[in-house]
Amino acid sequence: MPLSFVEQVGRGTQDTIAAFGDFCVFCGKAFRWLFTGWFRMKNIRLLLPQLYEVGVKSVPVVGVVGAFIGMVMAVETYAQFKALGQENRLGSVIALSVVKQIGPVMAAVMLAGRVGGALTAELGTMNVTEQLDALRVMGTDPISYLVVPRFLACIFLTPMLTIYSDLLGIVGGWFIAVKTFGIANATFWEYSRRGVEHWQINEGIIKSFFFGGAIGLIACYKGFTSGAGAAGVGRACTESFVESFIAIIILNFFFAHLAQDWYTTLYGTRSLF
Amino acid sequence: MSFIELRHVSKRFGRLVVLDNLSLSIEAGRCIVVIGASGTGKSVLLKHIVGLLRPDKGEVWYDGRRIDNLPERALMDVRTDFGFLFQMGALFDSMNVDENVAFPVVQHSNKSADEVLEIARQKLALVGLRETGKKMPAELSGGQKKRVALARAIALDPKVILYDEPTTGLDPIRSDVINELILKLQRELKVTSIVVTHDMQSAFKVGDRIVMLHQGKIVFDGTPEQIKASTEPIVRHFVMGEASEQELAPLRETSV
Repeated sequence: MPLSFVEQVGRGTQDTIAAFGDFCVFCGKAFRWLFTGWFRMKNIRLLLPQLYEVGVKSVPVVGVVGAFIGMVMAVETYAQFKALGQENRLGSVIALSVVKQIGPVMAAVMLAGRVGGALTAELGTMNVTEQLDALRVMGTDPISYLVVPRFLACIFLTPMLTIYSDLLGIVGGWFIAVKTFGIANATFWEYSRRGVEHWQINEGIIKSFFFGGAIGLIACYKGFTSGAGAAGVGRACTESFVESFIAIIILNFFFAHLAQDWYTTLYGTRSLF
Repeated sequence: MSFIELRHVSKRFGRLVVLDNLSLSIEAGRCIVVIGASGTGKSVLLKHIVGLLRPDKGEVWYDGRRIDNLPERALMDVRTDFGFLFQMGALFDSMNVDENVAFPVVQHSNKSADEVLEIARQKLALVGLRETGKKMPAELSGGQKKRVALARAIALDPKVILYDEPTTGLDPIRSDVINELILKLQRELKVTSIVVTHDMQSAFKVGDRIVMLHQGKIVFDGTPEQIKASTEPIVRHFVMGEASEQELAPLRETSV
């Protein structure tokens, strides 16, 4: 019997809310393990390989993306600034954009694709081959053993990779602005320094901490709840990236709004010009 | 009181009723075989015993203690009394054979690395695979994977061993090796064994009691001799491996 449109919308809404509730319960279990004696030597040893997988192996891709984003920004904004006679201020715009928004968001999106997909695939395969059940039957909670180390690796290393992405983004912008468009080196760095305050740097790093947490939890949850077979795991990987990306964008909006309101309250409106 | 008891257990997945008001008592030290057609709830029953699934109605009791309503952390302690052989082994891909077998010992003891390795090697020797310690699961044959999984299942010297279709996917000779292992562990470790299978040869060899499930209910509970002599059509068709006219009707209606 075909479902009516209203029934389909209702069922879809119900399923989405139920899935979100299930995800919140999953996160609650992870946090409970984290804050009730997880930090023992036996568990710390689980963290080290994850730090390597999440952090060290992401350095090349985050670096390349960060550098090219900075370069593209310089290419795209130079003409407009030159038309206003303000091309020397390019450093401010590039540095501020990279540090506040592009660096944290692009680093997080790269991690959502690379790390998130890999985590979901690994845990999804373990799920469909009953390895998660095997852990449970052997008296080991899979959330404590698998999720917590991966979550910690994501929240520790996303801010570090963000800093790295910021650095290479600014250097990429410098390369184009100074070496290609002929802006004076000292001028570029002076305006970069003026354009960015500690507040903006901290804003980017703090929100990247939350981006990393979202990526870790969503990727692990999708792996734990993947459907049967290769198709189920593949679908979970796709959903993991899409939902992590949406979470990053939504979190970014709220952090941007919050940070801007607090800054304005504390210091008033700030102009680059 | 029985060692393991399921009291009026019901379980459904969506609209599908898998276990329907099922009650089963299991005495300590016995080997009970649960048989039934595919999809009749055999594996679901097994998972209820070890708490991987919780009943919608009814109770699960182990050693005088109700376990189906325990929080997950409390259940983890109870589960160390159980060993579970999964149908496909469920070995951890990222660990070699030694590490797989040693895993429960590492998780639940403070023994040194040498002591843990020695325990793993002893368990592997019990299943005849002492020399495979450095191999990865992908390098093992199907029969070897099951034996390594069995070595892991007995690593903590459990009181109960659960076998989920232990001979599925194996040739007759490897199947007999697994059957002999089940009997050997039953004799030497004095455990309670619960074997889920639809391999009747295996059921007759290892079981001293056979329970048959059909549409979520128990339709037979007795000795291997009793089930061979049963005249109940559902039981007889399954034991003899004969499809009923109803099941064959769709084949007779169509031709190639």
